[in-house]
Amino acid sequence: MEKNKYKELVTKNTPKENRLYNGMLAFLIGGLVGVIGQLLIDFYSWQFHIPTTEASSYMIVTLIFVGCILTCFGFFDKWVNFAKAGLIVPITGFAHSMMSAALEYRKEGMVTGIGANMLKLAGSVIIFGVVSAYLFGMIRFIIFGG
Amino acid sequence: MIYVNSFLFCGIVCLIGQIILDNTKLTPGHVTTIFVCLGAFLDSFAFYDKMIQLCGGGALVPITSFGHSLIHGALQQASDFGFIGLLSGMFSLTSAGIISAIIFSFFLSLIFQPKD
Repeated sequence: MEKNKYKELVTKNTPKENRLYNGMLAFLIGGLVGVIGQLLIDFYSWQFHIPTTEASSYMIVTLIFVGCILTCFGFFDKWVNFAKAGLIVPITGFAHSMMSAALEYRKEGMVTGIGANMLKLAGSVIIFGVVSAYLFGMIRFIIFGG
Repeated sequence: MIYVNSFLFCGIVCLIGQIILDNTKLTPGHVTTIFVCLGAFLDSFAFYDKMIQLCGGGALVPITSFGHSLIHGALQQASDFGFIGLLSGMFSLTSAGIISAIIFSFFLSLIFQPKD
């Protein structure tokens, strides 16, 4: 078969991802996670009588815990395949990437497996976050004085 | 009202992420990295602080808030201690998130087996 025809066949038969559907799903699920975050902040500040800034770090810890435990039970991978960016962009995606790396490499032992590979995916987030925060912070500190 | 704002802000950030994922060859790792840098960039004009006041949890949940709290902690320390504060205060606000993720995933990975 000629190469061109083969290419045509491949492009014809590859399943087209419905971008509109994916986008709407990411919007809805991401929005729901945001509402859950706000609900948790309100709940903690009402229950423990603490200011919202403290309650927000309780909220982040709760979401990370939920992301980790759902990854352990194996639900979260299916949900990420379904909702894609709706669960990757919130902080649950950060927890998911760390937890799945730790689970995947636990066979290779504590030090060379879990310790060396836990930050394999989440490390780029931390490194680029720190570098960009340092650069932008330096610029703002020099120009505006903090 | 803050719930509607939360829904809209977090939803729009996720929608932008999904558009980047669908239309380019970037992986989810690239997208989260871009969002962290974007959060740090937006906070250098104190824009993200206003979004947090307006949207509450919706602005704190996406990974952009990670970049925001990195630069925010650094600048808070820098206003007290000068340039060394940029280094010592970098993780002061966001350490709860990072440390809890490390602790939970370490201990849970000792207990659970990977599901394939």
